[in-house]
Amino acid sequence: MGLLDKQLTDDNIVVTNIEDLFNWARLSSLWQMSFGLACCAIEMMATSASHYDFDRFGVMPRPSPRQSDVIIISGTVTLKMAIRIKRLYEQMPDPKYVISMGSCSNCGGPYWEHGYHVLKGVDRVIPVDVYVPGCPPRPEALLEGLLKLQEKIRNETIVKKSA
Amino acid sequence: MKSAEEIFDILKVKFGNSIIELKKDLPVEPFISVNPFEIDKVSYFLRNNEELQFDSLMNLSGVDDANGQSVNDEEGGLKIIGGTLSVYYHIESTKLKHKLCLKVSVPRESPEVASVYYVWRHADWHEREAYDLVGIKFLNHPDLRRILMPYDWEAGSHPLRKDYKNPEFYQGMKVPY
Repeated sequence: MGLLDKQLTDDNIVVTNIEDLFNWARLSSLWQMSFGLACCAIEMMATSASHYDFDRFGVMPRPSPRQSDVIIISGTVTLKMAIRIKRLYEQMPDPKYVISMGSCSNCGGPYWEHGYHVLKGVDRVIPVDVYVPGCPPRPEALLEGLLKLQEKIRNETIVKKSA
Repeated sequence: MKSAEEIFDILKVKFGNSIIELKKDLPVEPFISVNPFEIDKVSYFLRNNEELQFDSLMNLSGVDDANGQSVNDEEGGLKIIGGTLSVYYHIESTKLKHKLCLKVSVPRESPEVASVYYVWRHADWHEREAYDLVGIKFLNHPDLRRILMPYDWEAGSHPLRKDYKNPEFYQGMKVPY
C-alpha cells in the first residue's frame, strides 16, 4: 500500500506512482497551524511537548496559515471567533485539512443549549476531516485522530480529494 | 477600619437623600443603595475621603432583578415589563482594610447609571461588560461599546436579560443547536 512497500528494482530506486508519492509526502509532514482556543489547546500543547512528541509524526506548529497544512480546532468556537476561523481556513493553501478537537468544536459541548455565544459545531463554517471526542481529549486521543487523518490522506487520489 | 453602619452615617450626612438605605439583614454582606445619578459623586467622595480611602473597585456587576410583570408575547416567549435592573459595586480600601458594597437600581425601560470610570479606571471594562450583557447604559462613559459579544450583534439584544431570546442566525451561521 504505502510507498515503501514497493519493490526495489535497484539499490537506490523506488518505483511507485505519483499519487502514492504525493500522499506519502503530505501525510508525513502535516504542518499544523499554531492556533488554540480553550482548554483543549492545553492538551494540544501537551501533545506537541516532549512526552507525546507530535513531531515524530511530522507535525510541527507553524505561525502562519499560509504555511500550514492542518488546522486543529482545539476549543470552544464562539460566534465571534467563527468568523476569524473561517478567514484563517480560507488563507491556508490547498491541500488543507481540519481536525475538530473536543466536544465544543464537534457539537457545542456543554454550551449546546444555553450557550448564546457558541457555534454548535465548527462544521457549520468549515469542512471537518476528523472529529476527536473528549472534554478535553487526552493527547493519545488527538494522536489517534491524527493517525486517522493520515489514513485518509493515504487513500486520496489526484482526481478526487477525499479528505 | 470602618463598618458599613459607620460609612452609611458619614455618607448620609454628606449626601442626604441620594443615599437611599442600608440593608444589613441579609445572609450576605450589607450594602448601601444609592441614587443612580449620584453614584459617581458618592464614589469620588468614598475614594478621596481621608477616613475612607476606597482606592480599589474590586468588582462591578450588572444584574437583571426580573421583578417586573411577566407576560407572554405573540411568539409564546417570555417578556418582562417594568421592574428594575441593578448594578453592584464591591469596593475596598487597600490602606484601611475595609470593604463595602454599593447598589443602584434603575427602571428596566430606561436603565441609565452615572459612570464611575473617572473615579476608578477598573470600571471601564466592567461597565462595558454590564452594558453588553445586561444592557445598562453608563452615562459619561468614554467608550461604551460591546466587549464580549460581537460589535455587530443586534442592537438592544443583551444575553443576560432574563427575557432574552437567542437569534436564529448570526451572519449566516445557525445559532440554536
